[in-house]
Formats: sequence, structure tokens, C-alpha cells
Amino acid sequence: MATSCSSQLSKCVKQQYLDLPQGDKVQAMYFWIDGTGENVRCKTRTLDSEPKSIEDLPEWNFDGSSTYQSEGSNSDMYLIPAAMFRDPFRKDPNKLVLCEVIKYNRKPADTNLRHSCKRIMEMVANQHPWFGMEQEYTILGTDGHPFGWPSNGFPGPQGPYYCGVGADKAYGRDIVEAHYRACLYAGVEICGTNAEVMPAQWEFQVGPSEGINMGDHLWAARFILHRVCEDFGVIVSFDPKPIPGNWNGAGCHTNFSTKEMREDGGLTYIEASIEKLAKRHDYHIRAYDPKGGLDNARRLTGCHETSNIHKFSAGVANRGASIRIPRTVGQDKKGYFEDRRPSANCDPYSVTEALIRTCLLGEEGEEPVEYKN
Amino acid sequence: MSVSESSLLNKGVRDQYMKLPQGVRVQVTYVWIDGTGEGLRCKTRTLDSEPKCLEDIPEWNFDGSSTYQAEGSNSDMYLIPVCMFRDPFILDPNKLVLCEVLKYNRKPAETNLRMKCKQAMDLAADSHPWFGMEQEYTLLDINKHPYGWPQNGFPGPQGPYYCGVGADKVYGRDVVESHYKACMYAGVKIAGSNAEVMPSQWEFQVGPSEGMDMGDHLWMARFLLHRVCEDFGVVATLDPKPITGNWNGAGCHTNFSTEAMRNKGGLQHIEEAIKRLSKRHAFHIKAYDPKGGADNSRRLTGFHETSSIHDFSAGVANRGASIRIPRQVGQDGCGYFEDRRPSANCDPYAVTEAIIRTCVLNETGDQDAA
Repeated sequence: MATSCSSQLSKCVKQQYLDLPQGDKVQAMYFWIDGTGENVRCKTRTLDSEPKSIEDLPEWNFDGSSTYQSEGSNSDMYLIPAAMFRDPFRKDPNKLVLCEVIKYNRKPADTNLRHSCKRIMEMVANQHPWFGMEQEYTILGTDGHPFGWPSNGFPGPQGPYYCGVGADKAYGRDIVEAHYRACLYAGVEICGTNAEVMPAQWEFQVGPSEGINMGDHLWAARFILHRVCEDFGVIVSFDPKPIPGNWNGAGCHTNFSTKEMREDGGLTYIEASIEKLAKRHDYHIRAYDPKGGLDNARRLTGCHETSNIHKFSAGVANRGASIRIPRTVGQDKKGYFEDRRPSANCDPYSVTEALIRTCLLGEEGEEPVEYKN
Repeated sequence: MSVSESSLLNKGVRDQYMKLPQGVRVQVTYVWIDGTGEGLRCKTRTLDSEPKCLEDIPEWNFDGSSTYQAEGSNSDMYLIPVCMFRDPFILDPNKLVLCEVLKYNRKPAETNLRMKCKQAMDLAADSHPWFGMEQEYTLLDINKHPYGWPQNGFPGPQGPYYCGVGADKVYGRDVVESHYKACMYAGVKIAGSNAEVMPSQWEFQVGPSEGMDMGDHLWMARFLLHRVCEDFGVVATLDPKPITGNWNGAGCHTNFSTEAMRNKGGLQHIEEAIKRLSKRHAFHIKAYDPKGGADNSRRLTGFHETSSIHDFSAGVANRGASIRIPRQVGQDGCGYFEDRRPSANCDPYAVTEAIIRTCVLNETGDQDAA
């Protein structure tokens, strides 16, 4: 059986309990990124009244020795609420709270990449940087095999699956539909979905989001996806190359623009940015997956609509390039561009920060600049 | 199929009956601790009108020879209502009422540790003692195997499960969600929940509760947990070491403070209390599981975020110590401390009483005061 036994528990029984009124009490589920930089953890606390804004949510703490984040002898770590969403699982007035993780000495945890990203975003706020990230993912059964694939074989070769419809083309649409609706309810800026090239692979897009919101909303969307899949009894993988061989990998193409790029004549600024990116390829590759490029090395081969990890390239409507300029942008001479390099399991804070540093702050070379403010 | 047959009965049929109006009459379910000191029992009676407070609920009795509490020849035992809650299963206006058990001679039953706890709490009332207890438990399927574990093997090693999300990280969240709502409806002071280090293991926290409320609310929260699991067809165990080997045990970490500890400069009082606890380790270990320490000895090994049962230790942010002072408390200079020794199947009345006697009533030695 490819779905978990938890998902077979009676939903009717569960609904009876979920329908119970809870008085003034509110459940706030705090969630955070653990020591892997890829996985999410969560726990819940009761509040005496509905929080109206992030300031109403207290700091909390957790056992970092159980999340690959600290030693047992000095294990307390702090959770600092960063973004609040409505809870699509427990519903109003309950909340989901994305948190930053702080170490015992109040410095950001090693995988807290939001802290630095936020500072960088504040430096360029007047340029109104917008992002849109295209999150690809693969649905797996509890046996680790792609959901819907025959257990002892493979589906037919890629071709008919992208944006497909039909039980022989699209595996697990229920999850996609449920996730979309949950994100809309929660207030996550989800802007679209489609089936992807490999069967059991899907994509959703979040954006256009300004500044730090991109990272916040993408992490919230990922957490919601994990929870939705848990409810259905399947698993979501953000691995960039879940099946080796002639099967697509999974990326997180990142679309980017500033106010100048979006206005008339903006193409000049787009081309200037691409020139800067061309000179800093290695720095970006390191920022674009949680293992400094090792994960992406399995995916960015130059085949399957990827660019080669060793070479930077750019082109209009070119899906084999590192940077693609959409054809309409080429025609209108303004708009945005798409960086196709980030891996599906990238940290969006790291990706968006790198784009700002290179394109707007004019940084060069292998290391990020330390700003004094 | 790993869930009980009962749980597969048609809920639609049940619903039809549950929708029937009941007029003015009210069902009250009496809940009590049986002769094991761990098991809970319940039975229901009809009252002519909704009880508005505890005094409206009459004393009752039951057959103690069927609950390991009395001989057949002299089996009647008394149920004395002590704490009333709303009923999240059959809903308002029906009630759940937690009861103390008295023997035929009106003395407390052997496993009625509430009475003695109340004596200590009354003596310590001026100190305004607050407790928060972190109840860990493991979900089992109907074959007593951890729920969701493969039938003929084990999950991957611990690491990814604590506070986890995803069908490969946590098992049985529906139970946890349902229990939380049931507690909130009932009026149990549930403060939070999280997935634990071992897969299929979970934790909820009750508190902060003053004095007797701690034991009352934790016992009712446990009753609600067993009832919710029964509805889903799975089983909750409070055994402190359900799986031997490199798998976490289950505890009931107990957080404690007095008003003096919570006020500015309270750290001094916390440190004094810890000093007193350090001299009375054996007395507390005896109080911290229903078998005088035998259950906890399977769990308190010094590994898996426990201290060793043989040694007393304390430290800031140290999860391998008997007592942990949260880092925030160390920084603020006041607050509370966490006693990590109690077993998941402890009696909260025994635990809170022991802490009061040592830290507030300043008792010493291996025996408690009469």
C-alpha cells in the first residue's frame, strides 16, 4: 500500500473533534527550518486570544538537539515569529507562524538564512524587487517510489505528462488541488499550478512577492504541502533529481525584476543584471542548493531543459540556458527575467539574497560583502 | 488491519442516535483511577438537570472487586466528585467528572493519591505553586505494535521525527489534533502539543496550573486521550520505555515555580529548591512512577535525553540532567525549573506533592511527613 496507515484513520471521527468549539482559545502552530536547511519542524501552543498581528505572538523555544541544531548539554534554541498565516487545517481563528531560529547566544542559527536576507532586502527596498518562484516537486509513496508509478517498473517515457489530464497522465491531482486551496485560505501568494514533465511531478508558483515575502511565502507553501501530503498519506520530495536517467529533475526557477526593469526601457537594466550574473556564476551555484552545488550537480546536466552547471548562459525563450528572457519581455523591452538554476530544495532566502547582492548591490567575486549597518 | 473493529462501526448510524434530543436530562460520566494507579475507569448516570457546579453532582459507588481495588465480599467503593468538565464526546449539557475513590470505611483507596496531595497543597497555598506537565505517550495499533511502524521491521533511526511533518515523519496526527480540540472543549488546560523524537510518540502539555488543578487536569487529559484513541481504533500507552534499544522513552517532565521564583530575583529561590531536591533524590524517584522507581529504571539510563536514575544533576539548558533550568530563566534571573525525572505513567498527584514537600514545605529525608 503506497499510502500511510495514518491517512486511513477515520476522517469522520476526526471531523467530529475538529468541529468542537474552542471558546476564546487559539492554537498557534509555530514552524521552522531545521538543521538540514531543507526540512521543516512544527509544534503548537495555545494562546488566550486571537493574535491580530505578528507582534501578538510571543517568542518561544525548542530542543535543538533533536533537530540537528545543537548539543544536548546546551540545547535550548529560540523561535522568533516572522510571518503569520491562517491555518487551513485547523481553520480560523487558529494560525500558522513561520519562525526564525536563534541560538542560545541570540545569534542566528546556521540554517537561519532569513536573518541576512532581510537585512539585504531592507537595503534595496526603494527598488521594489519582485520575485516569482516556480516550485517543482515529486510525489512519492511511503515506499519512496514515485506515486502512481508501477511498483516494479516505469511509466512510458516523458512526453504526454506536462500539463496533462487523465488517469494515465496525471498522478495525485487531489494533492495539488488541496494544496492550492489551502494556500489561498492561508494567505500564501500562490499564483498557479501545472503538472510537470515527469509523471508524479508537479509545480506551483508563488509570487509576485516583494523582498523578504518571497522566502516567507515559499517556505509557508512548502510546509503546507508537507502537511497536505501527510493528510493524504503520501510524501513530497524536493530532491532535484529524484530518479536518475531519462527523467526530468526538479528546480525552483526564480523570476526577478525591479521597478526600473518593469518600466519602459527596462530591458537595459535586465541586460545589465544578466551581465553581472555572468561574472558570478560559481557564487550563485553555491547559493542555489543547500549543499553548495552538490545537489544541483545531479540535475544541471545540460539535458532535460537545464543548463550545464559549469557554464553560464542566457537567451530569449531558451530553456537550456541559465537565464531565460521571456519572449514577451524581449518584445516589450521591459519586464523580468528567469534564473533557471536554483534547485527545488534551495533556500529561497539564499537565492533571493544572492540575486540582490549581485544585480542591485553590484557585488563581485566569490564572497558576499559584509555591510556595516 | 491495524485498528480496532469497533472503530470501523458506521459513524453515520451513531450520528443518527446522537442527534436525538435528550430533553432536560443530563448524562454525567464519572471517571476514576483504578487499582493499578495507571488505568482509568468510567461509568455514566442520568441526572434530572444540568449540574452547574461540583456540588450538584452526587456521590456514587462502584464494584471495586472488578477494578483491582477490593475483595468481592466487601466490594463497594465510593466515588467522590472532585472536578467537572464538559463532555467532548456526547457534548453539552453532558459532563465528565473526575472522582476520588474511597474505601468502604471512607478512607482513601490505595491508589487515591489525591487526598494526601491536597493536604500538602493546602499547607503550601500561600506560595502559589504553578505546575506544567509535559505528557509523552506512544500510539500503538491494536496488535500493540507502534502505530505506523512496518510490521516486520523498524523505521529509520531517530533524528527526523521530533516536531516533524510528513507521512514519513509522523504517525497518527489525527489523534493528536482531535485530542487537543477535545481538551479545549472540555475545559482542560492544554497548553500545546508536538511530535516526539521516536516515531509514533507524541507529547502534549497541560498548565500552567496551580495546586490541585495540575493533577486533576492531567488525569482528565489522559482520560480524553484514551477515549479519542478508542474512537480511532488505536491505543495510547504511557509506558516509559515502550521499545527497548536505541529508541527514546516517554517521560512527564514537570515544570514548577512558586510566586517567589517567578518574581524578580527568583533565581535564588530556584537554586535553593534544586539544592533541596539534590538531597532527596531517592524519595522523589520513588514518587515518580507507580512502581516506586522500577518503571523509570528502564527509561532513566543517562541516554536519550535522560539523566541516570542513580545520579542527581542539574544544569542550564541541559537535557541530560535531572533538573533543567531553561536558558531564558537563566537570563531573566527568575521563572521556573523543569524536573525531567517523572515517568510518563507517573501519578501527577504524587509528583506534585513530592515537589511541594521538598521545595516548599522543606521536608528532608527518605520518608515524608505524616
